[in-house]
Amino acid sequence: MEAVSTLSYEEAFDKLELALVALQDGRLSLERALECYEEGMRLAQHCHDLLQKAELRVQQLRITADGELETEPLDLV
Amino acid sequence: MLFPEISPVLSVTQLARYLKALLETDDVLQAVWVRGEISGCKTYASGHCYFTLKDAEAQVPCVFFKHARLRSTAPELRDGMAITASGRISLYERDGKLQLYVEQVEVLGDGALYLRFEQLKARLDAEGLFDPERKRPLPLAPAVIGIVTSLQAAALRDMLRVLRTRYPLAQVILSPSLVQGAEAPAAIAQALDLLNEQGEADVIIVARGGGSIEELWAFNEEIVARAIARSRIPVISGVGHETDTTIADFVADQRASTPTAAATAAVPDIADWLGEIREHQQELAVLIEDCLLRARDDLDRASHELSRQSPRSRLERLQQQLDDTLETLQSEMQHKLALQSERVNGAALRLHSLSPLLTIARGFSVVRRVEDQHVVSSIQHVQPGDELSIQVADGQISARVTTN
Repeated sequence: MEAVSTLSYEEAFDKLELALVALQDGRLSLERALECYEEGMRLAQHCHDLLQKAELRVQQLRITADGELETEPLDLV
Repeated sequence: MLFPEISPVLSVTQLARYLKALLETDDVLQAVWVRGEISGCKTYASGHCYFTLKDAEAQVPCVFFKHARLRSTAPELRDGMAITASGRISLYERDGKLQLYVEQVEVLGDGALYLRFEQLKARLDAEGLFDPERKRPLPLAPAVIGIVTSLQAAALRDMLRVLRTRYPLAQVILSPSLVQGAEAPAAIAQALDLLNEQGEADVIIVARGGGSIEELWAFNEEIVARAIARSRIPVISGVGHETDTTIADFVADQRASTPTAAATAAVPDIADWLGEIREHQQELAVLIEDCLLRARDDLDRASHELSRQSPRSRLERLQQQLDDTLETLQSEMQHKLALQSERVNGAALRLHSLSPLLTIARGFSVVRRVEDQHVVSSIQHVQPGDELSIQVADGQISARVTTN
């Protein structure tokens, strides 16, 4: 199982929903159910952290001397 | 068809009042913007101005009162002017006339600009550039957002603020452009093309803050409309204020009334996502609790069953069975004894009732020969002179046979 912290938001959220579906099935063994629960909580926390820590990245498009397109960070005063 | 005896008959005043109320409680009609051409404009000594606002197929009477005119920045109104008028619709009961009570007027230009606008709009519409089917759906969670606007504009800062709050996960690529003046249309078109060429944006916002018709005019130019139409990336237009609609707005995949509204429309709100995560966490907790409760119930049942089968409890059960059996036995014995004693008593009673002693008590006597105590029950048993003993209830009588 890959580390939760390397997942993107979409990946983590999808896995969280899968954990929920698995737990909703009432026939899981207690051990398996606890695994699903813990994994689910870890995924939820990761999603939460990603959102809280996110910072908008702003770039500006420009044409270089060679006629190429490039982006550079924009610092607005 | 109205039948007077069934339908209520209204007075003219009632009808007029009803119509007026109907108009005045309509949300759209109480804050409406109308575009048209002025005709029959007449200003009275009172300062109030009356005119008709018309287009090719219809017209609406308008009144522009003195107090509203004084507040307005519009120039003197005259026939042939193309304007946008805002205000509310009502009915003037006295002459039964529906009117637009004008609050503000914006002049669209001496008709010439307005004409160009209408002509271009008609032409592009005929080409199908405004078709709803052409409009592409916006991506639900764009990773990259392209913005075409002026670097200096407050509109840019406003949009970035909205994006930072709602959806900081995104990356913004700004393609700066002039947004007013003669060079603006070409600059806007190029900025759009560059973003398409770079290709990373999932959605593009074309924006300019509020301004006059002339200031926003670049967004009514054909070159801009074509650039938006050929953009492979979906475009949201956010130009001017709520009331301004430019050609760019018609061509865009989605129209927003202002730059801020455009930024809002472009992205989801992570507050919703945070809410969803919290809900999922709560559900996880509920589900695991159910599992734990179920597991505990299973455990209780199993341990209960186990203790039921244990040697000690089996012993106790057997002990209990023994006690029960003993008790049953004892009570049965007693019952039998009782029955027996009853039978014996019964027999004794019957015996008693058949007893010869009772017969004797009734007056009969038992006669015996003294000699051998033989009971005399026939005359053959005795000879004259035999000694007899007669037993009666209270004793014996000695007797001798005289004759038989």
